[in-house]
Amino acid sequence: MLDLVQVSKLFNPGTPDEKIALMNIRLKLEPGDFVTVIGSNGAGKSTLMNVISGVMKPDIGEVRIGGQAIHPLPEHARSRWIGRVFQDPMAGTAPAMSIEENLAMAYARGKKRGLGRGVNASRRELFRARLQRLGIGLEARLKAKVGLLSGGERQALSLLMATFTQPQILLLDEHTAALDPARAELITTLTEEIVREMKLTTLMVTHNMEQAIRLGNRLIMMDKGRIILDIPESRKRTLTVAQLLGEFERISGQRLSDDRIVLG
Amino acid sequence: MLESMVGAVELGLLYALMALGVYITFRILDFPDLTVDGSFTTGGAVAAIMITHGSSPLLATICAFLCGLAAGACTGLLHAKGKINGLLAGILMMITLYSINLRIMGKPNVSLLNTDTVLSAIADNEWAYVPVLLALALAVKLALDWFLHTDAGMALRATGDNARMIRSFGANTDTTKIIGVSLSNGLVALSGALIAQDSGFADISAGVGTIVLGLASVIIGEAIFGSRNVFRATLAALLGAVAYRIIYSLALRVELLDASDLKMMTALIVVAALVVPTLRRSMKQKALARKRTQELAGASSNRGGRS
Repeated sequence: MLDLVQVSKLFNPGTPDEKIALMNIRLKLEPGDFVTVIGSNGAGKSTLMNVISGVMKPDIGEVRIGGQAIHPLPEHARSRWIGRVFQDPMAGTAPAMSIEENLAMAYARGKKRGLGRGVNASRRELFRARLQRLGIGLEARLKAKVGLLSGGERQALSLLMATFTQPQILLLDEHTAALDPARAELITTLTEEIVREMKLTTLMVTHNMEQAIRLGNRLIMMDKGRIILDIPESRKRTLTVAQLLGEFERISGQRLSDDRIVLG
Repeated sequence: MLESMVGAVELGLLYALMALGVYITFRILDFPDLTVDGSFTTGGAVAAIMITHGSSPLLATICAFLCGLAAGACTGLLHAKGKINGLLAGILMMITLYSINLRIMGKPNVSLLNTDTVLSAIADNEWAYVPVLLALALAVKLALDWFLHTDAGMALRATGDNARMIRSFGANTDTTKIIGVSLSNGLVALSGALIAQDSGFADISAGVGTIVLGLASVIIGEAIFGSRNVFRATLAALLGAVAYRIIYSLALRVELLDASDLKMMTALIVVAALVVPTLRRSMKQKALARKRTQELAGASSNRGGRS
């Protein structure tokens, strides 16, 4: 489904600040795979997301979705296939527009944006039904401006919007990191349900070790722009946080350093 | 007095189209576009030259609108594709348009006196003029409202609100910016064309200060009529333009002021309108923070006392 072939990306090439962001990344996701990504600060996790979504283009290497090379395409053209939830709850929604208008923009993914009415009666019914599934009462506030919602509500809406049209690939970039524990748990649960129901091929970056082990069917660990560990489902089921940290130290020769890391 | 008021309302309704244009760039795209100083003149120039050369006033007005669209598209291209800072892109286009406008007119002033214009059919009828102009302004406002609620229009609004988000849903924000700036300048040129026909001449300096005038209209409108949603915000821009012309004609009556002082007065209105809400918000925020902290501090000391 998603195929990265020898993807490399350098930041500030030729300057004293030159930094390897990604080096020779090979990653292949089968349809329905749910892969969690962990790693220390500057390991290249976010760059990996950006290279897939098209915010950045790889210096060398290929990104393919369903066999089609998409790395030459700009971000807006790739988003036909890729849904994305950002870490910042403010990033995934338009604050000055209403909930139903935001959903209408998500609904238009992959379609031509013409002069048809963005929100009509039948779409509104659909939006209401889908919002109901979130279970946080947003279906009663269709006309409320998104800027008035709490961070957790906005992130739940972002998740619904990103998955609304069942994208081929779902990218979750630490999408629970900015929320308090209760809200983060709600979003995690919703993520699990939506991914399972829609059978979405998902790549999720997280700082939460316990979450990285509990969710998904595969876990990869990154360090200095490389994938240093790739744990399949069979091993992941019995993995503990202590083992995972031990593995990191053994391979990279240093402790997993991240000021925000959560052990679970 | 009454006559000058009616005149102010008439002019305000014609300027309302320009204010709606400025609303698109300034409020929706968050991009103060200086092109309007040039495209307003372009509208008047195109209409005046076509009419004096014998083409139908309606066709001339439509062409003025199209020329405005083209001018705006150039600014949008400079900004979105050329990655030129928005203000600078506007300034460059404004300067370019000065030369182009002179080329169009051939001389700094073209008279339209004693020629038929789109407005001359109703201009003689005192009672019909204001209602017709009001209907025209409302029609443009409603058309804009409709557009801003279509899928394309919502992508335009989201571009100013959260560009990263709408890109992640597949909209090309370069294209939406170009469309927005283009549409804005189309409306400004349309307004310029109508005002040239209303006043009976097109002048090379007609557009000087259009951006400030447009900002003043939008801001005054929002202050008086509010901007809770698109419908209200466009209504505010429309009525703000009228309110501005009324204020302008009242200010002309003040002995102390010369007509030439009014550009400065307009700028001062805009400055005040931009600064005051920011100051008020920060003062409110501080007061609220102090109050809440005191409440929380009080609550915790009470609890401490009980235990």
